[in-house]
Amino acid sequence: MGRKITIEPVTRVEGHGKVTIRLDDAGKVTQSRFHVVEFRGFERFVQGRPYWEAPVLVQRLCGICPVSHHLAAAKAMDVIVGAGPGKLTATAEKMRRLMHYGQMLQSHALHFFYLSSPDFLLGMDADPAVRNIIGVAALNKDLAVQGVLLRKFGQEIILATAGKKIHGTGAVPGGINKNLSPEERDRFLKGAAPLNIDQMIEWSRAAVELFKDYHRKNKDMVDGFAEFPSNHLSLVRKDGALDFYHGVLRAVDAEGRKVLDDVDYQNYLEVIGEETRSWSYMKFPYLRSLGKTDGWYRVGPLARLNTCDYIPSPLAQKEFEVYKAYTDGKPNNMSLHTHWARLIELLHSAEVIKELLLDKDLQGAKLVKKGKKVAEGVGLIEAPRGTLFHHYRINDDDQITMANLIVSTTNNNEPMNRAVHWVAMNALSEKPEITEGMLNRVEVAIRAYDPCLSCATHAVGRMPLEVTLVDARGNVLQRKVR
Amino acid sequence: MNDIRFTIDGKECLGKPGQTIVEAAKANGVYIPVLCHFEGLKPVGSCRICTVRVGGRFMAACTQPLIEGMAVENTAPDLEDMRKSLIEMLFVEGNHLCPSCEKSGNCELQALAYRYQLMAPRFPYLWPRRDIDASAPLLMLDGNRCIQCLRCVRACRAKDGRKVFAAVDRSHRVKIEVDKKLAAHLSEDQARRAMDICPVGAILRKETGFAVPIGRRKFDRAPIGSDVEKGTGR
Ligand code: SF4
Ligand code: FES
Repeated sequence: MGRKITIEPVTRVEGHGKVTIRLDDAGKVTQSRFHVVEFRGFERFVQGRPYWEAPVLVQRLCGICPVSHHLAAAKAMDVIVGAGPGKLTATAEKMRRLMHYGQMLQSHALHFFYLSSPDFLLGMDADPAVRNIIGVAALNKDLAVQGVLLRKFGQEIILATAGKKIHGTGAVPGGINKNLSPEERDRFLKGAAPLNIDQMIEWSRAAVELFKDYHRKNKDMVDGFAEFPSNHLSLVRKDGALDFYHGVLRAVDAEGRKVLDDVDYQNYLEVIGEETRSWSYMKFPYLRSLGKTDGWYRVGPLARLNTCDYIPSPLAQKEFEVYKAYTDGKPNNMSLHTHWARLIELLHSAEVIKELLLDKDLQGAKLVKKGKKVAEGVGLIEAPRGTLFHHYRINDDDQITMANLIVSTTNNNEPMNRAVHWVAMNALSEKPEITEGMLNRVEVAIRAYDPCLSCATHAVGRMPLEVTLVDARGNVLQRKVR
Repeated sequence: MNDIRFTIDGKECLGKPGQTIVEAAKANGVYIPVLCHFEGLKPVGSCRICTVRVGGRFMAACTQPLIEGMAVENTAPDLEDMRKSLIEMLFVEGNHLCPSCEKSGNCELQALAYRYQLMAPRFPYLWPRRDIDASAPLLMLDGNRCIQCLRCVRACRAKDGRKVFAAVDRSHRVKIEVDKKLAAHLSEDQARRAMDICPVGAILRKETGFAVPIGRRKFDRAPIGSDVEKGTGR
């Protein structure tokens, strides 16, 4: 009698994730699938709307990293109004960078401290009632407070640049609608402890140390958990440096050979394809040059630190060197090392924020630039979870006629499936009983890539989750709700 | 001319002959909400948001001239609740998606919704199908947000006096159309004026949206009515 296990977290934020694992009569995994009911309605919804509305409209796609959508759309609209890459005023570009790195800081802090640290600090088998940030606080109050305040600091940066902590309006086609006042700047630079940038840098550094220490003590688990080879894709700065706001497309394979390099993302369709599969609404993107079967890739912190040559800030670069040395400079294919990479990026974000705050261009008055209008534009950005694509076409009346978005979750579709499959094979297959801890490992695998799935919302309190065991005839054998 | 004596919610006020209740109230530092009315335009009394009660009778304060000895009720709970429900009806009858609307923060309908603490309308959303006309070079007309106040129809005229906007059809099907020929030759000033005359985000000067950051928009700085209530006048 075959069995089917479905892990179905309740819908939140970005559609809902569902894991289906099929077991045969012996309890052996025969198939595992992870799918997200993704909300593609936006691509229809924006049709007919004026192009300048898109950056504000599309950020509603996400409640955790709306700034990424806001900026990716704005970058596409820059192209449309004739103020594409390199043409914005220094003030506009740097204000947007500040907004984006502020968002990186808040999102990475949320992802690690709220969503993932409970698994490490309390254990994957810990009671789900305490396996959350409140449980972390009970164990290590300082750490939980640092996580909360790092996130808050990032949100305050977003507020100062976009006008609101979520769903603001800062970026407009061709620029930005405000600069940073000296008062705002000084609050971030010299604010009363702990809410100033130096403290954030210090805490980010400590977070990297925390993970390294955990890694030292749990090497086998951290290295082995959902490890699999893949390609990696991200934007990198023209000179190969890590850059979250802008760059050219680069992809490397599992051995570190460059599959793509120095590609202008206006031409992304020439290098990236999107495959549909019957069982999932979410598309599967791939590198055209490698084909549908082999061309899938990872995006996000792990991918970014695999594609870039260096990190352009001193403390993060030092950590990057340690991180790279661990894999002898080769690409890192270990899923849980995503957290390590994420924390190095957290540190880098804090350093970049400080550098930007010290830059007088942020007080400049030239905010918007426009040139000759064109009918089509593509905007890419490195969102916290990975590369985000926005592509629009407009008509002569300034209305959007076509929108194509490839979000990070979609880019990581195949990798998340692989990670889930790894857990299914290694933690669930042929076990006499399926425990909560085993099922949590499935989520740990997904969570390494993506905090926006509802299964990542076990931040506070219990995660809504329904697990059903079904036999071959569809009878419910066992139902677990927590 | 002699002043006219009247009261609003018991407060002794003085007005001038020829003033409407809205005008006289404002001069006395009392705010009566308006939507279809715009200072300088001939009032038409169509939206009824300004409804007050005098001697037990409801009247539109934007059209009703002041009369000696009037005892005007303005903030009675039932009146305020009726105004609130009118605002709710306007919200459900159109497609008002404030979060992505560039008029947010400058929109009178939204500002009134805040003033009346509208959380969720008690009426079902109708989600009507409405058109967007973006064919004019400087202006865009988004029917989704139109509340049929006719301010644009009354206010916007070409140099020769012809109307740039016109209302077509009747009743709840009333639709604003723009004269394409006239709209093609609007000056920057005329386009701006059209956008500003519209209480909501139905008429937009193209390509300028979201230029003012959150926090510095009109009603971020001063909630609707607060200018009158502070006695500063508009
Ligand atoms: S377009 Fe604006 S001003 Fe004209 S009727 Fe509609 S809401 Fe009123
Ligand atoms: S403002 Fe008086 S009826 Fe509209």
